[in-house]
Amino acid sequence: MSEADGDSAGPKRERGTPIVRLESVVKAYPRSGRALDDVSFQLHKGEFAFLTGPSGAGKTTILKLIHMEERPDEGRVRVSKFTSDEVGRKDIPLLRRRVGYVFQDFRLLERLTAAENVAFALEVTGADSDRIESRVQRLLGQVGLSAKASSHPPELSGGERQRVAIARALATDPLILLADEPTGNLDDRAAKGVLELFRDIHRRGTAVLLATHDAGLLRRQSDSRVIEIEQGKIVFDSAREAAS
Amino acid sequence: MRALREAVAGFRRSPLLASLSVGAIALSLLVIGLFGLLAHNIDLALADVEERVEVVGYLSEDAPTNGVQLAVEEIRSYPEVATVRHVTRVEALRNATTELPEFSDVFSDLETNPLPASIEVELAIGHRNAEDARTVAERLRSYGFVAEARYGQQWVQRIDVLRRVSGGAAAVLGGGFALVAALLIATAVRMSIVARGDAIFVMQSVGAKESYIRRPFILEGLGVGVLGGLLALLLTWGVFRAVNALLFSIAWLPVPWLAGGVAVGGLLGMLSAAYAVRKEVRPYRAA
Repeated sequence: MSEADGDSAGPKRERGTPIVRLESVVKAYPRSGRALDDVSFQLHKGEFAFLTGPSGAGKTTILKLIHMEERPDEGRVRVSKFTSDEVGRKDIPLLRRRVGYVFQDFRLLERLTAAENVAFALEVTGADSDRIESRVQRLLGQVGLSAKASSHPPELSGGERQRVAIARALATDPLILLADEPTGNLDDRAAKGVLELFRDIHRRGTAVLLATHDAGLLRRQSDSRVIEIEQGKIVFDSAREAAS
Repeated sequence: MRALREAVAGFRRSPLLASLSVGAIALSLLVIGLFGLLAHNIDLALADVEERVEVVGYLSEDAPTNGVQLAVEEIRSYPEVATVRHVTRVEALRNATTELPEFSDVFSDLETNPLPASIEVELAIGHRNAEDARTVAERLRSYGFVAEARYGQQWVQRIDVLRRVSGGAAAVLGGGFALVAALLIATAVRMSIVARGDAIFVMQSVGAKESYIRRPFILEGLGVGVLGGLLALLLTWGVFRAVNALLFSIAWLPVPWLAGGVAVGGLLGMLSAAYAVRKEVRPYRAA
C-alpha cells in the first residue's frame, strides 16, 4: 500500500506528521453492507482537499470516521494524537474540538441569533466567558457576517446560514475543518462565496477536507487535491498521481 | 448556572408531564409518609407498652426460700434482665388489694391467701420484645419450683406483628408507587432530551463533554424528585392535622425522617433521569 502526500494551492506547508491518517480502513453497515473498502490516505497540516464521488460512495463515512462518530471495522484512523482503536470516551470531545464539522443542512439552533449560535459552541466547550463576546465578533467578521450578528437563522439566506455554521465550526480553533456537501443546499453564487470562505480559512492555516459530488465545483478548483471515491474505494488521488 | 437554566427550561417545556412526575413521586412518598406516621406512632405506643413488658414466674407452694434467692441472683445476671424481684404470697395479696380496691372486701373475707409467690423480671431496654421475653420465661421455667412463667405473650407478639406489617406495607406500596414515579420521570426527561435533540447534536459535534451534556437532565430529575418529596411532606402534614383534629392525637414525624423522605425523592428523580439520559443521549463511541 502506498500512501500519498497531499499537495494543494496556498502557502507552503510544513510536511511533518500528518494530522489525519486513514490506514487500510474497512467499514460496513448491517443493512447497506460495505461502505469503505481498504481506504488509505493522509492529510497534512494546512492542506486543502476535495473528497468527491457519487452519492453513497462513502464520503460521509470517511468524514464520520475522522470525526470519530464511527469506528472502522478494520484498519485505523488517526487524527492528531488520537487513534481510533485507543481513543477513550472522555478523549472524543477533546478530539472534536480539533476537528470542525460543517453540515449540508447547517444544523443551526433557530432560537438563537447568529452570534449566539457561535457563542454556544464556545460556552459548551468551556471557553473563558470574558473572551466569548470578542471571539464571536472576530469569527463573524472572518465569515463576513458582522452585520447579521443579531439575526436568527430564519432571517438569513442559505449562504449566510452556512457562514454562521462555518464560524461555529471554527470556534474551537480546529486543526482541520470537515465539510459535508457544504454547498449542497446553496445556489451557485452563494456556493461560490462559501467556497471562497473555505479557501480563506485554508490560507489562514487550517486544513480543509470538503466532501462534494458537485463536479462543476471541482472543475473550478483544478489546483486542489482531489480524492475520488467510488463504491467505498479510492479510485483517484491527485496527490498520489503527482507523486508517481 | 447553564445546567440549572436548562433544567428549568426542560420543566417548562412539558409542564404537564413534569407535574405528573412530581405528583407521582409525591403520591409514592405520601404512601411511605403515611405508613411512616403510623409506624412512628406505633413505635411511641410500643415504647410505652414495652415499659410494662415483664416476665413473671409463679412459684409452687413448696419453693425453698434459699433456692429462690439463688435463682433471683442468677436471673439478675442475664443480659436481657434489668431488675428482678421476689414477691412473697403476703406481698402479692397486699399488691392485689392496693391495685384492685373494688375487690378489697373479697380479699379481706378470704380465709387463706390464694395468691402464689412469684419472681417478677423487668427486661432491659433493647430486650423488651417477644423473643427475649420468651427466652427469659423459658429460663424461669427451667427452675423446678417455678410452676408457671408468663410474659403477656400474645400482646408482645401482636405488637411485633403490627410493626412488621406496617413496615412491609409501606415498603411494598411505596415501592410500587416509586416505580411508577421513576417511569414517569424517565419519560419526562426523555421528552426533554428529544426537544433538545438539535442542541445535543451541536454540543457533541463541537466537543462538549459528556457530563456537561447530561448535567441539565440529571438536575431536572433531581428537581422533580425534590418537589415531589416536598409535596408529599405537605400532604402528610395535612393528613396529620386532620387526624389530630377529627380523630385522635398523634405525634408528628421526627425531622431526620422528613429530611430522608425528601432526599429519597431527589435520589429517585436523579436516578430515573440518569437512566433516561443513558438510554437517549447517544454516547461518544470509543474503543
